[in-house]
Amino acid sequence: MPESPHPATTHTRRTVLKSTAVAAAGATLVPAPAVAASSVPAAAPTTAGGVAEAMEITLSVNGRKHAVTVEPRVTLLDALRERLALTGTKKGCDRGECGACTVLVDGERIKSCLTLAVMRQGSAITTVEGLADGDRLHPVQEAFIRRDAFQCGGCTPGQIMSAVACIREGHTGSEEEIRQWMSGNICRCACYQNIVAAVADAAREVRG
Amino acid sequence: MRSFSYASARDSAEAVRLAGRTPGAAFIAGGTDLLNLMKDGVQHHQHLIDVNKLDLARVTESASGLRIGGLARMRQVAEHHAVRARFPVLAEALLASASPQVRNMATMGGNLLQRTRCGYFRDTGSACNKRVPGSGCPALQGWNRGHAVLGGSESCIATHPSDLAVALTALDAAVHVLGPGGARRIPVGEFYRLPGDTPQVETSLRPAELITAVEVPRHPTARRSRYLKLRDRATFEFAVVSVAAALDLRGHFVRDIRLAFGGIATKPWRSAEAEAELRGKNLTVATVEQAGRVLVREAVPRQGNEFKVELVQRALAELLLDLGGLR
Repeated sequence: MPESPHPATTHTRRTVLKSTAVAAAGATLVPAPAVAASSVPAAAPTTAGGVAEAMEITLSVNGRKHAVTVEPRVTLLDALRERLALTGTKKGCDRGECGACTVLVDGERIKSCLTLAVMRQGSAITTVEGLADGDRLHPVQEAFIRRDAFQCGGCTPGQIMSAVACIREGHTGSEEEIRQWMSGNICRCACYQNIVAAVADAAREVRG
Repeated sequence: MRSFSYASARDSAEAVRLAGRTPGAAFIAGGTDLLNLMKDGVQHHQHLIDVNKLDLARVTESASGLRIGGLARMRQVAEHHAVRARFPVLAEALLASASPQVRNMATMGGNLLQRTRCGYFRDTGSACNKRVPGSGCPALQGWNRGHAVLGGSESCIATHPSDLAVALTALDAAVHVLGPGGARRIPVGEFYRLPGDTPQVETSLRPAELITAVEVPRHPTARRSRYLKLRDRATFEFAVVSVAAALDLRGHFVRDIRLAFGGIATKPWRSAEAEAELRGKNLTVATVEQAGRVLVREAVPRQGNEFKVELVQRALAELLLDLGGLR
């Protein structure tokens, strides 16, 4: 009986990526900044870059308030990922073109790379981490899995957040309409066929 | 992005006061163009004044027309019942712009002030007279497929990217601003400037002036108005060529007409000459084609954008005949 060509390993792709990230962070010799700040008191204001005072702000994300200290130039996307450790929201182009960073602000979908964290104080922000109800996935998440609406997954959180808003806006009447109103989200694996099917499925489920 | 300081203004007067006394300051509203320009190093500001808390987001209709707050979002205006029913070209131009996410963020004022998509302007490694006056214009002999055939100069042939501005030009709108010198009203036709020798000066706005509203007058042509946008993909793309037309028709007879064009000129392009060819005549293939020829009479095409001269005539004919012409 031939041996398995794949040597046994305890690593999954995810743990490999995680350990690489830790190694990279260690190499820069800075303390890991990615700490959920809700339980951490905000640091004193600091001057950075010689111009801007860092500002103490409160962001309301997925129903929890987080105190963070950020420079004005920090985008909402970077605040979510780097300061609140909510890395579900992805950074693709960082120019508003790909849609990977889509989040909901006060119920409306926006691109979090094109807004500053300091501009979003007092808003209710929802990221992909805030969609599921405990262990129960949101119908859009379920539909994406059922319809196999992703390959690499890089665009998926943005697609899902955009789809949640698209359904709420009522722009799911036809495949053409879904394609038009999901066009702010680009998929480099070109899973569009299955994404459209997932959005249509979820729309039927959510809107009844 | 280089570092900057930030303040949020409580009202228009405070925003203008802050801008007037802070060197290197800029207003930020939606941020959808400004932040990209700042990330790419195309623009830098030492200070940003957030105007999102200002009470300037309302859309109101009166006997004289629409008044759209400078902070009204693109989606909000596109969905407004009065805009859809009585100024359809405006709703269509807005919905043909950007993506749903950006339309939730971007404002009227910011849309009107967005900068050109010229690749040389957006690339700090290239010369560009608009970004660094006097450094030259590589587009004249270089990649100019997206560039203007009308209104250009030897300094600049960059197009203005706003669809909204083209629709507002066809609707004879006016821009209301507030600045250190007080409030004033600027007809949209005088708001944008041709590049000439100073392509870095794009509008007639004075320092620290803030767009507070856009006024769209009621007019017999506004109700039968439409926007046709041709682009390299079906959606989420800037115009190669666009046409905004507003018509007052009796049968096929043109009582009045307004025409504005995007993608072909250095500013939103109104053509009084093309309108004159059609006013008082029947809308037929012959009159529409004649209007198209008059529109492009002064065109200066380059190697990459010569096709626009033909394309814009076809787009005009298609739109007008569709709106009520004799085919």
